[in-house]
Amino acid sequence: MLGWMHIAVPPAPALFGQLLIGLINGAFYAMLSLGLAVIFGLLNIINFAHGAQYMLGAFCAYLILNYIGIGYWPSLLVAPIVVGIFGMLLERFFIRWVYRLDHLYGLLLTFGMALIIQGVFRQYYGSAGQPYSIPEPLTGGQDLGFMFLPNYRAWVIVASSVFCFGTWFVIERTRLGAYLRAATENPALVQAFGINVPRMVTLTYGFGVALAALAGVLAAPIYQVSPLMGSNLIIVVFAVVVIGGMGSILGAIVGGFALGIIEGLTKVFYPEASSTVIFVIMAVVLLVKPAGLFGRTA
Amino acid sequence: MKRRSLLAAGFAAALAFAATAQGAQAANDKVVIGVMNDMSSVYSYLGGMGSVVAARMAVKDFGGKVLGKPIEVIYADHQNKPDVGAAIAQKWFDQDGVDAIVDLPTSSVAIAVQQVAKQRGKVTLISNGGSSELTGKYCSPTGVHWTYDTYALAHVTGKAIVQQGGKKWFFITADYAFGHQLQDDTAAVVKASGGTVVGSVNVPLNNADFSSFLLQAQQSKAQVIGLANAGGDTVNSIKQAAEFGIVKGGQRLAGLLVFIADVNALGLQTAQGLMLTEAYYWDQNAQTRAFAKRFEAEFNGKVPTSGQAGVYGAVLDYLKAMQAAKTEDGVKVVTEMRKMPINDFMTHNGHIRIDGRVIRDMYLFQVKSPQESKYPYDYYKQLAVIPGDQAFRPLSESECPLVKH
Repeated sequence: MLGWMHIAVPPAPALFGQLLIGLINGAFYAMLSLGLAVIFGLLNIINFAHGAQYMLGAFCAYLILNYIGIGYWPSLLVAPIVVGIFGMLLERFFIRWVYRLDHLYGLLLTFGMALIIQGVFRQYYGSAGQPYSIPEPLTGGQDLGFMFLPNYRAWVIVASSVFCFGTWFVIERTRLGAYLRAATENPALVQAFGINVPRMVTLTYGFGVALAALAGVLAAPIYQVSPLMGSNLIIVVFAVVVIGGMGSILGAIVGGFALGIIEGLTKVFYPEASSTVIFVIMAVVLLVKPAGLFGRTA
Repeated sequence: MKRRSLLAAGFAAALAFAATAQGAQAANDKVVIGVMNDMSSVYSYLGGMGSVVAARMAVKDFGGKVLGKPIEVIYADHQNKPDVGAAIAQKWFDQDGVDAIVDLPTSSVAIAVQQVAKQRGKVTLISNGGSSELTGKYCSPTGVHWTYDTYALAHVTGKAIVQQGGKKWFFITADYAFGHQLQDDTAAVVKASGGTVVGSVNVPLNNADFSSFLLQAQQSKAQVIGLANAGGDTVNSIKQAAEFGIVKGGQRLAGLLVFIADVNALGLQTAQGLMLTEAYYWDQNAQTRAFAKRFEAEFNGKVPTSGQAGVYGAVLDYLKAMQAAKTEDGVKVVTEMRKMPINDFMTHNGHIRIDGRVIRDMYLFQVKSPQESKYPYDYYKQLAVIPGDQAFRPLSESECPLVKH
């Protein structure tokens, strides 16, 4: 109850600041839930290893910086490729075998993988975080009058918006996207048209994983690079996907940004509940619209 | 998270099993010291296997035998859960012949285990656990709180900052018992020294993004932002404060519980200028360096944390007292410990009070800038030595039932 005592409605400019911060966090949620939605929408796999793959992206950036001297900007390309290839190997050798089984098997398999990956990194690096600095050109920030906006956060919001829109565009508006969507509806028919469906599925999984890794690289300078960084985030991101509608690309993007803002406002008005609010919304959405806000009922 | 704890439970079960196998024939033909801490999660870098290494070093330095019996060190993961810790403690004491449990980070677990030990007249030597209540309300005639506590951190850091002119405080507080206590302890010092608290925000534990809270702190116009949190929460709040230009904007941060591993995670660029209180820093003098060098050789080149260094000191002191008292009886050994002054590489003329509190000097450090740092882990410069009787809670304010007022 004490929490309510120190609520004072902040003046409008302060509220703008909080809204902007919510939007930035929403950008991360959108990036991560987008990868999940692509994988679920096209492969029917509930990818519980997504948080671990996000962590791998951040660690990959950290490792190539410290051992090879490759900095932030190339990492944005290198880390998603490396982690994406790793993802494709997982798909090729493990995940492939559970497509025809109940969703639960895919969930358990990827969950187990996440535990193993996190365990290995914790063994080598411990649970304390590793440092990763903000790249030189993006340090500092702008005084917007109502708040101080760090340049790096501005970059995050621009970058993730571009990636989100790009992904949506490719899947919903291009021929390649049409093949992908068709292959999930009826793989046998698409194969009959001469398209290598298994390879396409592998590439799709790799792409979803690469998105997670990219989010990890973007996150590395803001949060600490630690083996557990993904496991804390993944549950929230799952809630975002459920709210947006499982498998809906648009739902994942809109849901990510919207929930970032709602969470940001909760941090102002009732901070104690800020780690819970997304799950409350999830429960309400499931009661009212079980398929999620943008989901199609099967 | 559920899934992490599942793995940890399996791990702990395996460890506990291994410990049983070792201790089954123990009975009374050896002295057994159990290191119990977080081996797998958020606080494992403060103690973890490093504390086991430190305890084994102490046993080796003592000669490996006491009262003619060999000394054995076993360990277990309490997973930061009081019920798990208490269950392991019961089994250790009742079946495995454990004489003393050391380290015990995570105050809630330390309190639970200390109660189990107290009922059986067994010894707890707490190093990484922080709550000052371990020698307050929950004190024990067989419990010793070795390295630091929340009261000392709040007093040393809080007072120094107010004296430097940081009078208006805003707290960012981890929303559980430890965070609230750290905030209360610090707020009391701030007020007593003539400062004011202009606001606070309670943040759920394990929060990743602090920007919203930092913005609130910024708008409060406080001079000092007190971080009443620990581990990853502290690291993330300091890192993001730098990003949002908090320190450049004229406000300063007070990290109330910061360890050397946290500074390492932040990097000096971000952590520079931060003031913090610790009981040990590896690079203070020839003795502390010598210990660190030996420890690094045993533990993959990692510098010891103050908690791990404290484990070494506590175990050595315990064994010396046992030798002097000529018995394994917990009450008698701890009584003997209270009589002996403590002198080792990190403690000079320390002593143990009736409430179990080790009174030792605490050190106020400031984190160096990247230019000042010349070699790996060259992180702190020492600003002040605070004598133990000024750093820790005086007995006159103690709620410990053993203290006669």
